[in-house]
Amino acid sequence: MKLLTVSANPHVRDNSSTTAIMRDVIIALVPALIAAIVIFGVQALLVTLVCVVAAVLAEFIWEKAMKLPVTIGDLSAVVTGVLLAYCLPSTIPLWMAALGSVIAIIVVKQLFGGIGCNFANPAATARIVLFLSFSSQMASFTYDGVTGATPLPGIVSGEGADLLTLFLGTHGGSLGEVCGLALIIGGIYLLVRKVISWHIPVAYLVTVAVFALLAGQNPLEHLLSGGLLLGAIFMATDYSTSPMTKPGKLIYGVILGLLTMAIRLWGSYPEGVSFAILLGNILTPHIDKLTRHTPLGVSKKKGGAKA
Amino acid sequence: MFGKRTLGIHVRDEKNTSDSVPQVIPIPAKVTIPMSMHVGAPCTPVVKVGQEVKVGEPIGTPGGLGAPIHASVSGKVTAIQDLLMPNGSTVPAVVITSDGKQTVWEGVKPPEVHDLASFTEAVKQSGLVGLGGAGFPTWAKLTTEADTLLVNGGECEPYCTTGCRTMLDSTDDLIQGAKLVKQYTGVKKVIIAIEDSAPKALEKMQQVVRDIPDFEVKRLPARYPQGAEKMQIFNTTGRVVPEGKLPKDVGVVVMNVASVAFISEYIRTGMPLVTKAVTIDGPAVKEPKNVIAPVGMAIGEIIEAAGGCKEEPSKVIYGGPMMGGAVASLDFPMLKQNNAFLAFDEKTARLPEPTACIRCGRCVDACPMSLMPVDISKAYELKDAQGLMDLHVNLCMECGICTYVCPAKRGLAFTNRLAKGFLREQQSKNQEVKKG
Repeated sequence: MKLLTVSANPHVRDNSSTTAIMRDVIIALVPALIAAIVIFGVQALLVTLVCVVAAVLAEFIWEKAMKLPVTIGDLSAVVTGVLLAYCLPSTIPLWMAALGSVIAIIVVKQLFGGIGCNFANPAATARIVLFLSFSSQMASFTYDGVTGATPLPGIVSGEGADLLTLFLGTHGGSLGEVCGLALIIGGIYLLVRKVISWHIPVAYLVTVAVFALLAGQNPLEHLLSGGLLLGAIFMATDYSTSPMTKPGKLIYGVILGLLTMAIRLWGSYPEGVSFAILLGNILTPHIDKLTRHTPLGVSKKKGGAKA
Repeated sequence: MFGKRTLGIHVRDEKNTSDSVPQVIPIPAKVTIPMSMHVGAPCTPVVKVGQEVKVGEPIGTPGGLGAPIHASVSGKVTAIQDLLMPNGSTVPAVVITSDGKQTVWEGVKPPEVHDLASFTEAVKQSGLVGLGGAGFPTWAKLTTEADTLLVNGGECEPYCTTGCRTMLDSTDDLIQGAKLVKQYTGVKKVIIAIEDSAPKALEKMQQVVRDIPDFEVKRLPARYPQGAEKMQIFNTTGRVVPEGKLPKDVGVVVMNVASVAFISEYIRTGMPLVTKAVTIDGPAVKEPKNVIAPVGMAIGEIIEAAGGCKEEPSKVIYGGPMMGGAVASLDFPMLKQNNAFLAFDEKTARLPEPTACIRCGRCVDACPMSLMPVDISKAYELKDAQGLMDLHVNLCMECGICTYVCPAKRGLAFTNRLAKGFLREQQSKNQEVKKG
């Protein structure tokens, strides 16, 4: 008598997978890479490749050394590498870019248990480390042969900026964050593929816009400048480090918006997206706990169901 | 906070057999009838080895909650043996070798019914259990406390179509059964809930109930698990069954379409529940179709009689692929409450390898009970009994959605089941401590 396979229900699964999700994120990041190459030249591609290779290698070597199952096949290290590269100026020395990837993967991700266990976004945190360690290289943006600051300080001081320039990204800035058009295309792709939901990006962006309006600044200029779109669409929505429930996502988005604008307007750094995301990451477990679903049939009042 | 949302998710339909009118298959040489085909304690066999039995003759009687069990073939009792059930328990099973004559028992005659007590007794004697798959004894649901009868036509499991066929082929019995329940329990309203994945049944039922007062057909979107009673009560009446309570506590009696139709059939003929329509489908079967088989026939023989398999199946499931159970052997018999047998080939039977949770929250979004499967998993890993209580893991009905949607292929529903077992263990330990 042949014994049959026995397992717990359900006996069918949908065809989603971690790798497929990460592949979708990578696809969504491609328009911004094309824009970066057009705007900053082949150097942008080189920085991105270095970050990706360093991230994947770091994960591979760490997991081999620690005798853990090798998970580079899930493509999450590729996503981290690309995201980190997008936060860097195209002119950054390549060894610095590689160092950033190693920090992101080993210090921020693997030391906390690998995929799904890290409490902080690896790319955003690594960018902060590089920014604090190599301030001059990280703040020197070259566009069209001219080196200078991003349009953001001008926007904050009230000089303003050309909206079309901001939208297309034809100005100095980190290589993947400048082109609003490309990032929005990627964001729409992620929404259509249901990889992300609208809650975090929309709550984040609306909060920034309202804050800017109240502060007497141009909301559109704020939305399209700095790392905001890259952060709101690709980093704030990182599963590991953002809340899981819809109300939690909305609260998280609002907090990120408030922090970003507070840093932009009153902080000593021109840009606050990565700091805001890191601070928001720390709050995520608390937001998750506060916004737990009430199960169907459970009284909302504490202990009410038992009475 | 619950709003007007329809809980659950859409799973693939695979309704390959919705046009297949169930066909009676030949009587097998022997049947093995387990004494536990319902929620409650197993029945006690009331026949002896060597005894002659006829179709419809009682062979097992229940102690408390339960339903009597009847011979599905005429012939001789050749053994009463222990049978390992899929849930791990061992129950006695009566083996009857068929004489091929299918002689009907003399006691089979339409019951006399004049009030709720005699109606409940008749339903009890019919051996009817919830035919949606859970097997809760139907007589125990009949109560005067309810104001609504919810006839559950929500066939949310992929592949399964016998409920749809009941609505199309036994429409009169279905309506008559609902009328009987309404008459004797005094419910004011009958709601027949049907998913839009069964458009023909929906259309027919809408037409039929048009002129019947207090009957209503509710069209529900095809969402799994739409057939789960707590979900369906919420989606049709807006009422929420509180934790630890039953549908009747919110004034609703829920019955599967097949159960309701059977009530009328039994009152008409007096023939107890000895056959069942089942869907035979799955990637490994040659020809998906619906058949009517005697209770106790070996699953392998039923599949063979329905056309057989393309290759030797690697996994066979009773019920739907979401909530059904896997049997270890094709010799296992068909139970009363089974509604499908699905055969999977080697490729589709292979289990995916689980990887790390990426906290995507898909299980949280999909859970029809609004539980937090990902948090339950963590609390279970930490063996945190209080945490599991706070997360209300006992509300989990093991519908399997969380496992279905998980991109990391984690067995979340199974973890919930383990967590529930762990809580039971803890609670009985606590009680022992108190006693000591």
